[in-house]
Amino acid sequence: MKIVVLVKQVPDSGAERNLRPDDNTVDRSSANNVINEMDEYAIEEALRLQEAHGGEVTILTMGPERASESIRKALSMGPDGAVHVLDNALSGTDALGTSRVLAAALQRINPDVVLCGAESTDAGGQVLPHMLAERLGIAALTGARKLTVEGSQLTIERQTEEGYEVVTAATPAVVSVWDTINEPRYPSFKGIMAAKKKPVETLSLADLGVSAEQVGWTGALTGVASHSKRPPRSAGQKVADSGEGGVQLVEFLTNEKFV
Amino acid sequence: MTDFGLSKEHSELRETVRRFAVDRVAPVIADFYDRHEFPYQLVKQMGAMGLFGLPFPSELGGMDGDYLALCVALEELARVDSSVAITLEAAISLGAMPIFRFGTDEQRKRWLPSLIAGENLAAFGLTEATSGSDAGRIRTTARMDESAGEWVINGGKVFITNSGTSITSLVTVTALTGPDEISAIIVPSGTPGFTVAPGYSKVGWCASDTHELTFDNCRVPAENLLGERGRGFAQFLSILDEGRIAIAALATGLAQGCVDESVRYAQQREAFGAPIGSYQSIQFMIADMESRAHTARLAWRDAAARLVAGEEFKRQAAIAKLHASTVAVDNARDATQIHGGYGFMNEYPVARMWRDSKILEIGEGTSEIQRLIIARDLGMK
Ligand SMILES: Cc1cc2nc3c(=O)[nH]c(=O)nc-3n(C[C@H](O)[C@H](O)[C@H](O)COP(=O)(O)OP(=O)(O)OC[C@H]3O[C@@H](n4cnc5c(N)ncnc54)[C@H](O)[C@@H]3O)c2cc1C
Repeated sequence: MKIVVLVKQVPDSGAERNLRPDDNTVDRSSANNVINEMDEYAIEEALRLQEAHGGEVTILTMGPERASESIRKALSMGPDGAVHVLDNALSGTDALGTSRVLAAALQRINPDVVLCGAESTDAGGQVLPHMLAERLGIAALTGARKLTVEGSQLTIERQTEEGYEVVTAATPAVVSVWDTINEPRYPSFKGIMAAKKKPVETLSLADLGVSAEQVGWTGALTGVASHSKRPPRSAGQKVADSGEGGVQLVEFLTNEKFV
Repeated sequence: MTDFGLSKEHSELRETVRRFAVDRVAPVIADFYDRHEFPYQLVKQMGAMGLFGLPFPSELGGMDGDYLALCVALEELARVDSSVAITLEAAISLGAMPIFRFGTDEQRKRWLPSLIAGENLAAFGLTEATSGSDAGRIRTTARMDESAGEWVINGGKVFITNSGTSITSLVTVTALTGPDEISAIIVPSGTPGFTVAPGYSKVGWCASDTHELTFDNCRVPAENLLGERGRGFAQFLSILDEGRIAIAALATGLAQGCVDESVRYAQQREAFGAPIGSYQSIQFMIADMESRAHTARLAWRDAAARLVAGEEFKRQAAIAKLHASTVAVDNARDATQIHGGYGFMNEYPVARMWRDSKILEIGEGTSEIQRLIIARDLGMK
């Protein structure tokens, strides 16, 4: 089984993050850049599939030079190799453009399963898996909390707010996962050492046959027009208990859909 | 970023173990500590991460790392908790390493793979009730019963780490095999005549496993001799030399953990209308703690670099152990002071660090013994 895991480098969600004042993009220069958390679960799931069914796991990343650091970290968990799409023209690319580039790269690799996180902690759009599947003309099994494989049949438990749905599709397919699906492994020292020597193929837009106009600032169909700081917390609502405080609390909780 | 003496890969290991300690150890360890319970679930996870295999070759299931890698991991574990750190330190330095160093191919193949995987633990029994620092004065005997081809062991050991867990597979004991002749012998757990007493009630390291052991006509096969007959004393001296670097790294971790906790607490705790961290006396106390932790780290890194390079490191290891353990005790005392009354409450990590610090000036060679080693190395007899 040929598995590709999409890995994105993002600013550490534990630290303070900002948008740049000039172009409203995420400020990645000051931030401590890490692997998007949900992607670690996708890597773990890919490695478990490989352990059970054999095959090869490849990391696919689109990102600037410094994303190679995250690629190496991903490889230290155990995948066999990586593809890094690196091109100056990619700066400013939106989700649509990203899906175009990744789809082109995936067509070259031709995997049975594409695994990815259900969302990234920087943009949080949750749209990329669907866009990719659409571009590739394959099924999208999104938001998985469980994945099983029998032959060429993939079955997921799709996590919803109320419970879960069982969804199946034949390979090839895109599967996005939530952090409920597994417990990612910590890389071993041997894995860290081995990651240095694993093959990382670097591809440019030209290699993928994607023109610069279709991506970057020029190709973007969406953009952030402006941004402002989150407003300070408001004081909230006080419930004075004159006998029916409990009822009021329950009403508040049900109105706000907490219960 | 440079991290003195560490390669990029060692730094990455440091980061990984740090993440494990913060995410997995910190949330659960206080409960184990309170109950004086051995944290099997954490040991299992540490095994899965390959920590028990750090300095061993991959042919035996190891990580192809070195002693430096082990020390890096120990420091980061101890920064959060010393019980799991000493469990790993003793399992490798005292448990698996003697078998790796001095064992026959047979012994290595039989015992090491499960130790390196962290599925089993091994212990090293040197100290006796009447001989600790003076470890050449042991009384435990092992008599060769030629007709049966067996060693017959009689005596006892005290304070032996990792000797009584449900996954302990063996204890290597030093015993007199003749007048003035000390040898090391492997005693598998469960051998008739080998009794493990219930765990001690300890001041610190409460989630680590420590027992008194007795041997009453305990018989093991002749081939359980580890290394050369009569070389037991020399063997364990060389094992203890490198173990000192590991304990120094562990002590540095505790000292750094005290800084972490103090910085956090001093910024959040207010007194007289301002965070206590805004008062210069608290700031200076923390600055001193950080300086001490830093120099302790430099000391063990230097000793480890010499060891890895195959150079003399005896004096530097003793200096590192002496200095880092002193620093650990000093930092634990100051961190507790900064925490005020809360620092005296067991639920605060600094209280655990305070309780865990003192043993570092005692175990694997007391501070006095370290000074003795340094002085002798300077030519003073
Ligand atoms: C929690 C714990 C775990 C341990 N784990 C192990 C283990 O796994 N395996 C093992 O074999 N041992 C283990 N030990 C034993 C430990 O190594 C000894 O306690 C230590 O070496 C000191 O020996 P002692 O307790 O007999 O003290 P002693 O040797 O009796 O020392 C008492 C005091 O006298 C001082 N002193 C002794 N000789 C001199 C001298 N020549 N000059 C100046 N001062 C001197 C010492 O520094 C000390 O201050 C453990 C101990 C503890 C507490």
